[in-house]
Amino acid sequence: MSAVPNSTMASTNPFAPSDFERTKFRRAAINKWLMLGFCLILVIPLVLILFDIFKKAAPVLSWNYLWDNPVNKGKEGGLWAPLIGTFYLVIGSLVFVAPVGILAGIYLNEYAKEGWINRIISITVTSLAGVPSIVHGLFGLGAFVLVMLPQFNRFFADPTDSSTRWQAGLLTASLTIAVMNLPVVVTSTREALGAVPQAFREACWNLGASRWQTIRTIVLPNSFSGILTGIILVVSRAAGETAPILFTGATFFKFIADEGWDKVFPYSLKEPFMAMSMHLNIISNQVSQMPESMKYGCAAVLIALILTVNSVAIVLRVWLRGRKRW
Amino acid sequence: MTNNGHPHIQFRNVSAHYGRKEVLRKINFDVPRNSVLGVIGPANSGKTTLLKIINRTLDLVGGARFDGDVLINNESIRAIRDPNALRRRIGMVFPLPVGLPLTIYENVAYAPRRMGISGKAELDEIVERCLRQSVLWDEVKDRLSMLGTRLSGGQQQRLTLARALSLSPEILCLDEFSIAIDPVTTMRIEDVLKELRKNLTIILVTNLVQQARRLADHTLFLWRGDLVEHSPTDLVFSEKPKDQRTYDYVNGVFG
Repeated sequence: MSAVPNSTMASTNPFAPSDFERTKFRRAAINKWLMLGFCLILVIPLVLILFDIFKKAAPVLSWNYLWDNPVNKGKEGGLWAPLIGTFYLVIGSLVFVAPVGILAGIYLNEYAKEGWINRIISITVTSLAGVPSIVHGLFGLGAFVLVMLPQFNRFFADPTDSSTRWQAGLLTASLTIAVMNLPVVVTSTREALGAVPQAFREACWNLGASRWQTIRTIVLPNSFSGILTGIILVVSRAAGETAPILFTGATFFKFIADEGWDKVFPYSLKEPFMAMSMHLNIISNQVSQMPESMKYGCAAVLIALILTVNSVAIVLRVWLRGRKRW
Repeated sequence: MTNNGHPHIQFRNVSAHYGRKEVLRKINFDVPRNSVLGVIGPANSGKTTLLKIINRTLDLVGGARFDGDVLINNESIRAIRDPNALRRRIGMVFPLPVGLPLTIYENVAYAPRRMGISGKAELDEIVERCLRQSVLWDEVKDRLSMLGTRLSGGQQQRLTLARALSLSPEILCLDEFSIAIDPVTTMRIEDVLKELRKNLTIILVTNLVQQARRLADHTLFLWRGDLVEHSPTDLVFSEKPKDQRTYDYVNGVFG
């Protein structure tokens, strides 16, 4: 190499890009900016919507707005009654959906043998996830309000005392929301379990650990956070959907106590209740002369609620990724 | 489980299928107590399946089944009600190292704990004994609470070996245990295996024919699901094994 003069080296730099490579780099750069542009297009409307809502809601937003009950069809006062109703609706639906969904997910992923039954169940679950929420609402009306409640009334209610009768309420609405969220929980549970390498299970089986011992000691501890993330994500769905609770227990207005324990536990399982999504739906188009700020205030609180819940899920997932154990 | 004159392990007409594909054809052989059986043969010849039959983990593979029978201490493994009880008597090490996502200590204590052993002194003793036997103790004795999955591949493989020994099995099956381990450590483990065979029977599946030659009393040559030869190791590696194919494979002139 020492025989090659310096000037020749400089004129034929072996690392200089060819014309083809230059075109390639340019195209790569164009593509990158193009895609970034599309991402911004996605983000801009979201930011605008949030900005608009919170700006118009600003006059009413305060702690009292959350803590006070709605007055005068929601034109005055706060959001406490629907807010606490949504809270109990979420809890109630989780009570049903979490055990059923998680156990079903464990069964499908850990016990069920590959075969046509398993495949049919999987297809059913995924199809169920695509059913529109209003259809779930009508299903809930049919199954829980029109079939289940009359049976409840036959056995548990005193026919001479109308206050003991079961009406469409927290119970039926929670069940409906639970049915709607079931496929989501089953799927996210299966995904979380599936992320645990099969080799761990086989290693345990080779040591003579039973299936359940393996699940309890290795599989569940390492998929728990993933399962929890799935549960948190259905919380926001439970809080945000109107259609499933429209016919199954949510009501536009119900008087609840302004103070004391009755304010914290205002609804019984067998009576209609108020919920944020329902409240927003009604005050934005069913009540005349509703102040703009009240509509936007309700929307802002609902959005803030859902964003908070989703952020918890995101934080959990990031934290989970950080402490991966293999 | 005393020595009652029967061979420790007896394969009787064992065939195995994955779906319709036959991977073992009517295999018959015996393994005497406290001996080392080397199993050699090219890929896809059914070596790993052989091991999965012994501890009945083949049951867990969808679509797989085996015919014939395997007797351990003259007792049919088909007659054993709880396959997990069988698996606890047989230590298994597969080629890919698997550190469970637990601490090093808990990796080794995993199987004893599932058996209900929870005394600290007893577990400490088991963990130390097994880690010493797998030549890992000196490297990890100061960090037993570290995650087993953070160890290097070769260390994890020795951890797997320690785990396999944690229930003091009567049979130890090693499936290419040394592919992730450096030659020096491999030699040290081989020395340990020579020590261990005084108390247990070892089946050693290996692609390194020289490893079989160093350790095995008998060597079995499998080829495409057929048992080609089962002879004393000296004969297999001699100039005149019973079958010409054995000579060709061992000397690398196959195909």
